[in-house]
Amino acid sequence: MTQTEKKVFARTEVLTSQQTHYCPGCGHGIVHRLVAEALDHFGLREKTVCVAPVGCSVLAYKYLAIDMSEAAHGRAPAVATGVKRARPDLFVFTYQGDGDLAAIGTAEIVHAANRGENISVVFVNNAVYGMTGGQMAPTTMLGQKTTTSPAGRNLQSEGSPIKVAEMLSALDAPSYIARVTVDKPAAVRKAKQAILTAFQRQIDGKGFSLVEVLSPCPTYWRMPAAKAMSAIEDTMVKVFPLGVFKDKEAANGNQTA
Amino acid sequence: MTKVLMSGNDAVVEGAIRAGIDCYFGYPITPQNEIIAGMAARLPGLGRAFLQSESELAAVSMVHGAAAAGKRAMTTSSSPGISLMQEGISYLSGTQLPAVIVNVQRGGPGLGNIAPAQGDYFQATRGGGNGDYHNIVLAPSSVQEMLDYTYEAFDLADQYRIPVMILTDGRLGQMMEPCELRDPYPRKKLVEKPWAVTGAKGRKQHFLCSLHLPPAELAEHNRALQKNYREIERKEARAEAHCTNDAEVVFVAYGACARLCREAGDILREEGLKVGLLRPITLWPFPAKKLQASLKKAKRIVVVEMSAGQLIQDVQLSNVDGLPIEFIGRMGGEAPSIKELVAFGRKLLQKPRRKLASQGKR
Repeated sequence: MTQTEKKVFARTEVLTSQQTHYCPGCGHGIVHRLVAEALDHFGLREKTVCVAPVGCSVLAYKYLAIDMSEAAHGRAPAVATGVKRARPDLFVFTYQGDGDLAAIGTAEIVHAANRGENISVVFVNNAVYGMTGGQMAPTTMLGQKTTTSPAGRNLQSEGSPIKVAEMLSALDAPSYIARVTVDKPAAVRKAKQAILTAFQRQIDGKGFSLVEVLSPCPTYWRMPAAKAMSAIEDTMVKVFPLGVFKDKEAANGNQTA
Repeated sequence: MTKVLMSGNDAVVEGAIRAGIDCYFGYPITPQNEIIAGMAARLPGLGRAFLQSESELAAVSMVHGAAAAGKRAMTTSSSPGISLMQEGISYLSGTQLPAVIVNVQRGGPGLGNIAPAQGDYFQATRGGGNGDYHNIVLAPSSVQEMLDYTYEAFDLADQYRIPVMILTDGRLGQMMEPCELRDPYPRKKLVEKPWAVTGAKGRKQHFLCSLHLPPAELAEHNRALQKNYREIERKEARAEAHCTNDAEVVFVAYGACARLCREAGDILREEGLKVGLLRPITLWPFPAKKLQASLKKAKRIVVVEMSAGQLIQDVQLSNVDGLPIEFIGRMGGEAPSIKELVAFGRKLLQKPRRKLASQGKR
């Protein structure tokens, strides 16, 4: 490298060179990268345990070169609790989708958050079950067509989408809860900042943190990748507003990292 | 060596602590609440983890996490709660994680009642969750054994990387007996756990999972599990034979029912009748060879259970030379009386040729 050359981009240490199985235009790849960069940032690669969910990201262990444990569908926060209580010195986070976290795992996420469990949660909300083939998720939006809501989600029979960030913010214990998206570079930078803040809270022993990431699923939104990206701003953000929903440190007058 | 009067549930707590339990996770349910309360009272002071979970589903998943991190982890419950744990037990089994699970059985099905029962034998021994798996199942029949088997369960779990279940019932959990506290306990060397997830420091990542998508890979994984099960069958099948050398009638019973049969058998012996007891200690692996060996002089087998007849199937599968198998079963929290067992045995031995109708409601 000559003196005039400057390295501006490199593979992160945490990300493997394995090609992902995710569909073209899927948001998981971006979120994986952000998680990997955040782990690198804090030098956590060798003291982290990630709990992988059941869902599209069940194979995340192939892409993140860190210790990982599987969990039964929805139980990732309970498995993470077990790891953290057994080894409080480890950095423990779950990576979960909307079906996993907001339907079958509702009890586990609510109680892990309510205990102020010192873990971090990366919650990828793409408003649909991906791995099982595009069924209605707890976060599917009203009118959104899926294989199990072919006429579109109906308020009377299926209820409204669950707003996880808002719901968990009603609890006393969580330290930091934010909703971000990855639909454009500026949003990706904000998403990374939120993940860094969430991870910092665990490092500081401040308790539970969660970042909800609105993420595109072009395959089961049945639209081209570019259109799916713009659908986040056009549709999804209107249902799931972005922002920080809970920040105990800010509330305590402390500056957020 | 000190003798202390304690309940079976308290003995489980004592056994787990002496075995070096690191983490306990549980959810309240009768008749095992003394265990969760005992853990809550004692573990934090010992610097070990205690957490009351939001459900049995969560409790067993927390055990999964702690076991994955290489620690000695345990949960306890009673029948309906154990049903909820079947998901997690299947995952623990598929992932080959050591764990100890205690089922203080109560009456079922469904909510049933809180009286002692043995209706969960199939669930415990056949693998109550999905997939081809077994757990080691230990059946104590005294408060002392509640302590000793709980203690030993942690070693067995670590040695074979398998969940070990203590299958007991509300009677043994609640009753009090003098219990010897051996000090120090004989200690096996702790098993190294190089497979645990501990942060990939200076090594490649560990991924603990039961997921194996390619059929050939899952088949290979299953063959490895089965190989482990065969080894356990060879080495760990255990039973207690009581007065079986010359016994013409052999009771087969586990847990609380074995105590009743032992007492009935001893009364019949005093009358000069040749009666013995074969008590399976491991329900899986089932001690079929030990059973066969106890039947040298036997003319009849009498299986006694607090269920509609579950253990009896393992007796039937044990190649007992076509011996007639009688059955005495009680359900719903009832148990046969010693008087009834004595009368049954007496009748069998006084008129061995006559065909007797089984007294159980099968």
